[in-house]
Amino acid sequence: MDMETIRELQAYGYFFFTVFLVLILYGYVYHLYKSEKIGRRNYEKYADIALNDDITDAPVEKIEPIEEQKQKEEQ
Amino acid sequence: MQSSNVINYDYSVAKLFSYAAILFGIIGMGIGVFIAYQMAFPELNYLAGEYGTFSRLRPLHTSGVIFGFMLSGIFATWYYVGQRVLKVSVAESPFLMFIGKLHFWLYMVVMLVAVVSLFAGVSTSKEYAELEWPLDIGVVVVWVLWGVHMFGLIGIRREKTLYISVWYYIATFLGVAMLYLFNNMEVPTYFVAGMGKWYHSVSMYAGTNDALVQWWYGHNAVAFIFTVAIIAQIYYFLPKESGQPVYSYKLSLLSFWGLMFVYLWAGGHHLIYSTVPDWMQTMGSIFSIVLILPSWGSAINMLLTMKGEWGQLKENPLIKFMVLASTFYMFSTIEGPIQSIKSVNALAHFTDWIPGHVHDGTLGWVGFMTMAAMYHMAPRMFKRELYSKKLMESQFWIQTTGIVLYFSSMWIAGITQGMMWRATDQFGNLSYSFIDTVTVLIPYYVIRATGGLLYLIGFFIFTYNFYKTMTASKAIENEPQHASPMAA
Ligand code: HEM
Ligand SMILES: [Fe+2]
Repeated sequence: MDMETIRELQAYGYFFFTVFLVLILYGYVYHLYKSEKIGRRNYEKYADIALNDDITDAPVEKIEPIEEQKQKEEQ
Repeated sequence: MQSSNVINYDYSVAKLFSYAAILFGIIGMGIGVFIAYQMAFPELNYLAGEYGTFSRLRPLHTSGVIFGFMLSGIFATWYYVGQRVLKVSVAESPFLMFIGKLHFWLYMVVMLVAVVSLFAGVSTSKEYAELEWPLDIGVVVVWVLWGVHMFGLIGIRREKTLYISVWYYIATFLGVAMLYLFNNMEVPTYFVAGMGKWYHSVSMYAGTNDALVQWWYGHNAVAFIFTVAIIAQIYYFLPKESGQPVYSYKLSLLSFWGLMFVYLWAGGHHLIYSTVPDWMQTMGSIFSIVLILPSWGSAINMLLTMKGEWGQLKENPLIKFMVLASTFYMFSTIEGPIQSIKSVNALAHFTDWIPGHVHDGTLGWVGFMTMAAMYHMAPRMFKRELYSKKLMESQFWIQTTGIVLYFSSMWIAGITQGMMWRATDQFGNLSYSFIDTVTVLIPYYVIRATGGLLYLIGFFIFTYNFYKTMTASKAIENEPQHASPMAA
């Protein structure tokens, strides 16, 4: 392959890669807003994790520690 | 007193690392001020034989502030923030408690040996990676222990979603693990070729490849320690101290992935007009410009978190420290991209403008955030109010003045230096010899060193305030929800 062809391929590669990255970026932004719109997730409520962080505060989204889960299953 | 079956957060490891941050802060910044005066007054190089020379002390300064002060601050905040945002106490797991303490003590041992070895002049001569191979192994063990603690705590959490700060701590852990391993691949010369002492080594990479790996490491150390781990802190401490939720949680996620992706490609800006391939330099330059976006994304998110609450800036010096920190973060992340433009870098590289840039980031952003975090943690860790608001105010202004003196003098010095190096007469002969630039710069070196001294004085005020908070301040009954209580 001569240098000219290589350069041309590089330019195409560069262009499409840039388009690809831009799509990913905007795709992610779209995903974030869409998720909130259809109620799949409310991202902004996670900000409360820092504000209500006392050990006695209720978690924003609870997860049962595995052991507690096991105990429940046994009961 | 609470009954024994109520769980509480356990801050024992956070306290230990806070003490370490103060200790290494004093040592690292103290040496920094001293070597700054050496540049203004070269006679200061001859006070303690080989041990007192600039070349011996410089890696002690950088390692002391980076791996001593800043890293201890990062660890201290992890052992504090981690529990709180995951809503689980380390006290619930004796194993993790043990790992945390082991992490601290091994870290201290490695640091101690590191300080001794650097004083003795044992060095791989790689910037920010000077430690020889036996110590590198120690560093790896310390790092793995931190990871065990981090993922162990995540494993027993009650809060399902990992708060954004935890993402940043994880990125710090993974990023540095990768960087450190690859940059410190070294050949122990004694065992391979019977040359040198048993602890000596040479890099596994040679020439341009070594430079590439070195700056892939150096640049991304800035990414994953100086940036990511400090953002982890501000995303927790600023909202918590001000009582304001993060302005946009979605923006915090977007900037997280933006930083992760873009930072890794920008390292070429350290090697502009060197022997690395031209396309890499161009790539580094372009990605550095793009890097403004995710960097400012985080910083603006922080400033907007204070929207409608700017009154707090007047009342609460802690907020002041953190707002100034994010402002300096914006400052260094616009200055860096400017220096990455090839023609600007041709002037700026090797000059004093670079340490000027470095210290906008480290003193303004990293230092202020670390101290603000420790001020916020102190009343909660020691169940006492902060000892003196007045001292905090004076510390703030003394240190801010110090930073301004630092960067303004280094800008002038750097640009003067760069212009003098390239100046030619009408026949194309260089107009100045190297020593001409040195003599011209001495006044600026004096100003810089004095700026550093002011910052160090501020750090002593901080230390005193912290110590008094621990020992002599008024006890508080309940943990403060938001603003840290402080005596006038
Ligand atoms: C968008 C963000 C940034 C960009 C594009 C950037 C760019 C640069 C450039 C071009 C250099 C000088 C290379 C040379 O000519 O020698 C440099 C050096 C440096 N920067 Fe930044 N910078 C950024 C942010 C930061 C921040 C936030 C910090 C610290 C908190 C920092 C710490 C450093 C350090 C320590 C060096 C010195 C490396 C050496 O030893 O030569 N940078 N940066
Ligand atoms: Fe860099």
